[in-house]
Formats: sequence, structure tokens, C-alpha cells
Amino acid sequence: MIDVVNRSVRAIPNWVLYVAGAVPVIWLYVLGFQNALGADPVDAIERNLGLWALWLLIAGLCITPLQRLTPLRLIKLRRPIGVVAFFYVLVHFLTWLVLDVQIPSQIVADIIKRPYVTVGMAALLLLLPLAVTSNNWSIRKMGARWRTVHKLVYPAVLLAGLHMVMQAKGFQLEPLVYLAAIAFLVAMRWMPLSSFRQAFVKR
Amino acid sequence: LGLGLTASPLRAAGLEPNSFEDITSYNNYYEFGTGKDDPARYADQLTTDPWTIKIDGLVEKPGDYALSDLVPQMTIEERIYRFRCVEAWSMVVPWNGFELADLLELVGVKSGAKYVAFETVLRPEEMPGTRFPVLDWPYREGLRLDEARHPLTLLATGIYGKPMPNQNGAPIRLVVPWKYGFKYAKSISRITLTDQEPPTSWNMANAREYGFYSNVNPEVAHPRWSQATERRIGGGLFAKREPTLMFNGYDEVASLYQGMDLRKNF
Repeated sequence: MIDVVNRSVRAIPNWVLYVAGAVPVIWLYVLGFQNALGADPVDAIERNLGLWALWLLIAGLCITPLQRLTPLRLIKLRRPIGVVAFFYVLVHFLTWLVLDVQIPSQIVADIIKRPYVTVGMAALLLLLPLAVTSNNWSIRKMGARWRTVHKLVYPAVLLAGLHMVMQAKGFQLEPLVYLAAIAFLVAMRWMPLSSFRQAFVKR
Repeated sequence: LGLGLTASPLRAAGLEPNSFEDITSYNNYYEFGTGKDDPARYADQLTTDPWTIKIDGLVEKPGDYALSDLVPQMTIEERIYRFRCVEAWSMVVPWNGFELADLLELVGVKSGAKYVAFETVLRPEEMPGTRFPVLDWPYREGLRLDEARHPLTLLATGIYGKPMPNQNGAPIRLVVPWKYGFKYAKSISRITLTDQEPPTSWNMANAREYGFYSNVNPEVAHPRWSQATERRIGGGLFAKREPTLMFNGYDEVASLYQGMDLRKNF
């Protein structure tokens, strides 16, 4: 069964994954143009793209632990997931910039003065070099440094989770659950894997 | 032609009401969930008939007032007001309601009273959002007595001539058009006259971000977003931001705050 999954994942051409990743964004904007996203389409687009970006980033963080703890081999998906996640973050940011805040002086003021915007902006900037170097040529060119640079994904996703927590009004559970899940997935990188395997076997 | 004649001065004043659909589908009513569409989805669970409001504290005639007895004694008017949310979006709402001052007159305010406190009904079995402490339930709001008595201040029982939809705070809610929307306590079950500033929910949750007064003020930023401009709901994807007006454009209330530092008393 798992072999079938592994084999079919390997069989998917990369371009299919990139196209599939772009469709929801285009679809969201098509709905926005048709005024089919409720009373505040700008808010709906921002929210959805932010949430989907977070889901993709979390999915990307799951791939290596799954590979280590289970026979699932999804590593092929990691790059497309990461690149598509960055695309969502970028469109999320541009939507905020162009359609929401609109006023250039206020954009700068918001990035500096509003901590949740600053944190989101920092996450975007940390992801930028990763998106740019997500290709075989960069891996060859950068050698061992590539792995080091791509560890930036850990602080970036933590900041993305924090960005969500900082926007919640009142005491809300959902953003905290996201942040806790992200913190756990990042922390796993420094946990001895043997303890996890044992836990799996014992059960 | 007649329609155009009445609509154009309203439009000129920026007071063309939002659609019933917009007003009833995009709500903050955390008792039903924190999403904007949660109230429209879940608020139908709330039983709004029969409804009584407990009126107590420094009043001549305290008691449990049945809404069905109370409303017929009041003069219901239509008031088209700008509505400005603290989240920097705005709408225009054609409310139906009566002046809070008239109710205060009816129950008789004792001389020591200085503030009016409002409480939203708390029914966890009908309000799924209250099963988690997003706020310290029940929802509490308050006004100074002179604010409460101001002729702009309403207790609203309807929108567009229809009974108040549940997601908008049925059967009766507060409307104070020069303040941010969260001051407009919904589904009011208790009104208390007091001599002390009453605790209010958002101030209790985050005093740095939400003050007691919460007057619309483009010069005092909320720590998480600027209040200088707002996005009008209903303008679609490309709606331009508009400047936010002091007191949401209701300058006639300025005299209530003469001599007060509105940066401190935000």
C-alpha cells in the first residue's frame, strides 16, 4: 500500500504540482472579481491565502519526520510544497499591500509600527532566499551551504505562526494550536529520533 | 425618480446604506464564534422570544421588563448611521430603534447615577462561542450617563424595517454611532445604573488596546492597526480607503468630552 503511494508520488510530474498549487489562488481572485467572496473580499483573500500558506509550510515541515519515522517517501513533494507556499505568502502580502492598506506611507508605517505586520514581513523575507534557491542549479552551486541556508525555514514558519497568534483578538485557541504544532515540528529536528521510533513500536 | 431624489443627498453624505445581505453576513459576535461568518451560521440557535431585560442599580423602578411590554411604549424611528469597527472597516446601517434616553426616563434614574452598564445574555447551550473563554463572559459594555442620554444613542430592535436579525444582536442592542462597534452591546439582558465606571469586556481583555470611551478617533491608533482610514464594506475588491472622521463624523458629541484628553481617555 505504502509502496503504491510512494511510487505514485514519484510519478507525478513537477509541473502538475505547480499548476495545482496555483489554481486555488487564481480561483480565489476569480471569485473576488465576481463579488462572490462575501461582504469583504479583500479580507477573505488575505485570510485564506495566509491560512493556506501556513498549511503548506506545516506540510513541508512534516515530510522529513514522516520519512524518518514511517516508510513514506514524500521528499519529492518538499520543493513544490515550499515554492507554492512562498507563492501564497507573496500573494497574501501583495493583496495586503495593494488592496488593503493601499496608502504607501501607511504601508511603511504599518511594517515598522505594527508588530504583527513586522513579524509577518520578517517571515516573508526569510523565505525569499529559500524560494530563490529552490532549484537544482543552486543546490549544485551552493553545496553544503544550501542545507544551512534552508534551515531558515524553521524561524520563518515559527514567525508565520506567531503572525497568526498576534492578530487574534481576545483569547483564541486555534492560532495557539497552530503555533504549538509548528513549535513541535521544528523541535523534532533536535530530538533524538530513536525515542520517537521506540514510542511508535511500543504502541 | 422619487427614489433617486431621496437617495442622492444620502449618497452625498456618504450615507448610502449597505445591503441587508452585507449587514447580516459580516458580523463580529464572538458569542457565536470569532469568524465573521460564524454569527450568521450559528446565531439562529438563540431564543429571542420571550425576552426580558433586568434593569437595576440606581433606578426608581428596577425590575424585569418584558420586551413585549416595553417596546410598544417607545417611539421607534429609523436612523441611518455610519458604523465604524475598531478593525478599520465600516458600513452604513439603517437601524430601527428608540432613544436609550426614553427608556432611562421611563425607569427613572436616581440622582447618584453616573454610568450605565450593559450585559449581553450568556447562554452557552445556545452560544457555541462562549464555551471557550475568548472573553470573560458575559459580554459587558458601558457608557457614561450623558453619553447614554445623548439623542444619537439608540436601543435598536431592527434593521431595514425588519426585526433585528439574531447575528446582529436580536432582539435588542445598543447603537452608539460615534464609538467603535464593539461598544454596541448585543442581545442585552441587563442594564444597570451605577455611580462607578463599569468594567467592560474588551478593556478587561486588553486594556492597552481598548479603553472605556472608545470614541472613533483617527488620531489615536490601535496598537495593531492605524485608525486614520477605513475600508467601506460593500465596495468590492478595489474599494478605496476613506479617511476616518473624528467621532465617526458625529461632531455634535464633541461637547461631551470638553476638557478631556482623548489620547488618554481612548
